[in-house]
Amino acid sequence: MSNSADAAAPYHVTHAGHHEPGFWQKYVFSQDHKIIGVQYAVTSLLFLFFGFCLMMIMRWQLAFPGRPVPLIGSLLGEASAPGGILSPEFYNSLGAMHGTIMVFLGVVPLAVGAFGNYVVPLQIGAPDMAFPKLNMMSYWLYVPGGLIMLASFFAPGGAANSGWTAYPPLSDIATTGQTMWLLGMVFLISSSLLGSVNFITTILQLRAKGLTFMRLPFFVWAQLVTAFLLLLAFPPLEAAGVLQLMDRLAGTSFFLPSGLVVAGQALGVSGGGSPLLWQHLFWFLAHPEVYVLILPALGIVAEIIANNTRKPLFGYRSMVYATIFLGFMSFLVWAHHMFLTGMGTAINTFFQTTTMIISIPSVIILSALFLSLWGGSIRFTTPMLFALGFLPMFGIGGLTGLPLGLSATDIPLHDTYYVIGHFHYVVAPGTILALFAGIYYWFPKVTGRKMNDRLGKMHFWGTIIFMNVVFMPMFIQGLAGVSRRLYDGGAQYAHAAPVLEWNLVMSIGAWMLAVAQIPFVVNFFRSIWKGERVTDGNTWSATTLEWSAAPSPPVAHGNFAVVPTVYRGPYEYSVPGASAGFIPQNVQEKG
Amino acid sequence: MEIPYNVTVRPDTGLYNAKLGIWLFLASEVMLFGALFSSYILLRVAAPEWPMGHTILNVPLATLNTLVLISSSITMVMSWAALKMKKFSAFKMWMGLTFLLGVGFLIIKSFEYGAKFAHHLYPSENTFMAIYFTLTGLHGLHVIGGMIVNGYLWGPGSKMWKTEPERFTNRVEVAGLYWHFVDLVWIFLFPVLYLL
Repeated sequence: MSNSADAAAPYHVTHAGHHEPGFWQKYVFSQDHKIIGVQYAVTSLLFLFFGFCLMMIMRWQLAFPGRPVPLIGSLLGEASAPGGILSPEFYNSLGAMHGTIMVFLGVVPLAVGAFGNYVVPLQIGAPDMAFPKLNMMSYWLYVPGGLIMLASFFAPGGAANSGWTAYPPLSDIATTGQTMWLLGMVFLISSSLLGSVNFITTILQLRAKGLTFMRLPFFVWAQLVTAFLLLLAFPPLEAAGVLQLMDRLAGTSFFLPSGLVVAGQALGVSGGGSPLLWQHLFWFLAHPEVYVLILPALGIVAEIIANNTRKPLFGYRSMVYATIFLGFMSFLVWAHHMFLTGMGTAINTFFQTTTMIISIPSVIILSALFLSLWGGSIRFTTPMLFALGFLPMFGIGGLTGLPLGLSATDIPLHDTYYVIGHFHYVVAPGTILALFAGIYYWFPKVTGRKMNDRLGKMHFWGTIIFMNVVFMPMFIQGLAGVSRRLYDGGAQYAHAAPVLEWNLVMSIGAWMLAVAQIPFVVNFFRSIWKGERVTDGNTWSATTLEWSAAPSPPVAHGNFAVVPTVYRGPYEYSVPGASAGFIPQNVQEKG
Repeated sequence: MEIPYNVTVRPDTGLYNAKLGIWLFLASEVMLFGALFSSYILLRVAAPEWPMGHTILNVPLATLNTLVLISSSITMVMSWAALKMKKFSAFKMWMGLTFLLGVGFLIIKSFEYGAKFAHHLYPSENTFMAIYFTLTGLHGLHVIGGMIVNGYLWGPGSKMWKTEPERFTNRVEVAGLYWHFVDLVWIFLFPVLYLL
């Protein structure tokens, strides 16, 4: 077997001939997909942390309504937290911005911008993304988008406070923060547009010789379908954003119905608009967005499971077809978020039918991943633990979604904590666990050093336990009928009284979840400088090109010292009769 | 480091990178304008009354503008064809014409807007005016974007012809695809807003 060893050797030879770019070009306005991937990773992790902090403040208010926030209460400002007690408006801002930041600035940029950028070109044997300049621009549109969002906290009236869904008419008449939210979204949408064009072009055009579609690692497939979703689903939200900006700045009434009365006064607008129009446009994006959140996670988990069970994925082809079908169907289910808007039973029936259909490919993918474990000699490495934790957590998230997808059962559950529990199980114990798995898995590829296993396992157990402490009680509260987005966590409602004590449990869970991240932060920074050096480029004995054909870290210009040729499928582990335990994609002869 | 298929065509997809990229970008643009046209339909269907476009808007001016934009699409193709025949000066002329026709479109459009403002017809007047200004305004921004690209390819960008003629020809082709799309959007906008 001749792969990483001779791939690493000519590294310095080719490198020496290149003109070295200066600091700014190399690390700030870099056009190298690896640097951009790391930029995305660092920025999005910071945003994830910030969004998490917003939620921890909210959880104080929910656990102890009306009591001053300790430690940081006085820092929040008299306008938002008089005497350290959160104002209802500020609570709403925190909620809206938590959602926005986690989804648009945290998870998607990490899953797509960071992992996609770093790993996809390496896995397909490409020297870089197809459009390096666009790649740089994509990151530098994401940053101002994020900064505008952060700056909106200092706008008069605070940040956007109409929820991350920004439903009109409320959002049309909200304070300036909402305008900044819309502007920020325009930047983020443009960024993701450039990114998705780049990803699709890269995957279709820059595949190495011999890398046919059915030889693509599943992660690449997941990123390809994700890119299509971003490409086609985001523009309608951009359109909706433009219309809402017109409503707010030019006085139009796209989303304002006639005869609207605000605070006892008729609103001085022409009227004739439709608040439902926003919901349709918004969910036309936001449902595919759910799959944007989950598909890259499934891709990461698939890579790690194949690698650590030392056997091929069960039903690779079915997984690929299921993913494509899932991507297509995700455009036809959006109005299941709107069963209670009075669209009518015929439309409800249509959307609940499509929703039940789309659950099939999701179940296929998840089942295939579970079945991949069957008979494998599993290596319980840290990334594998996170990947294994992902499976049941995402399963809970997916299955609890079914009652929400049926219009009859959605009626009592709509807008309760049940919904919050459901989508957090998909995104937090689901996607975020998978993202952590990805960080542990590809960390040696990026830095040339491994992360500490003991700290990693501490991080895993703390995270999975406290995530469940935070989110499981939400189902209990939701089934009891407690509404979401309540400033006092439901204390004013008699029907919430029997389940109110869970608020404290969830809040403590959330703060403990923060404590459980300390091993990760320590591990992350310590491993960059002091982690165990990887001697072999192929740390995990993997078959895919990023491990088998490129050194760790990869060659600065062009990734590969020798452009790889692909001879086989992505997961040839434990091939019967082969001399080695695994055969990388770029190895020609058997064993 | 060279990115493969930057200039040449990848055999199995039949495309060079930028051409695939621009088609993907246009697909996303179709979704953007598709969403806006759908919004138009939804708002119009729900409205108790809706003015006929020609009673408010200036149909002769818009017809002229349609002709201007279609002509500019033709000159755009001619500029690309000129490069394919290796006639750089002909390219300069056709691309320059394309740019000027873009300017002409915007001038006519500004007369239209001006007349509306003079009659105190603003986007806030009613839903019809709102959708009219939003759609034509967004289309106008796309025209300006295209003109910036065309202007660059006519002026400073044309230096590439001396060093990488094939790549430059590809750039003009890609810019042309975008320009035709902008033209196409107008061909939908015109009947929808002015005639129906």
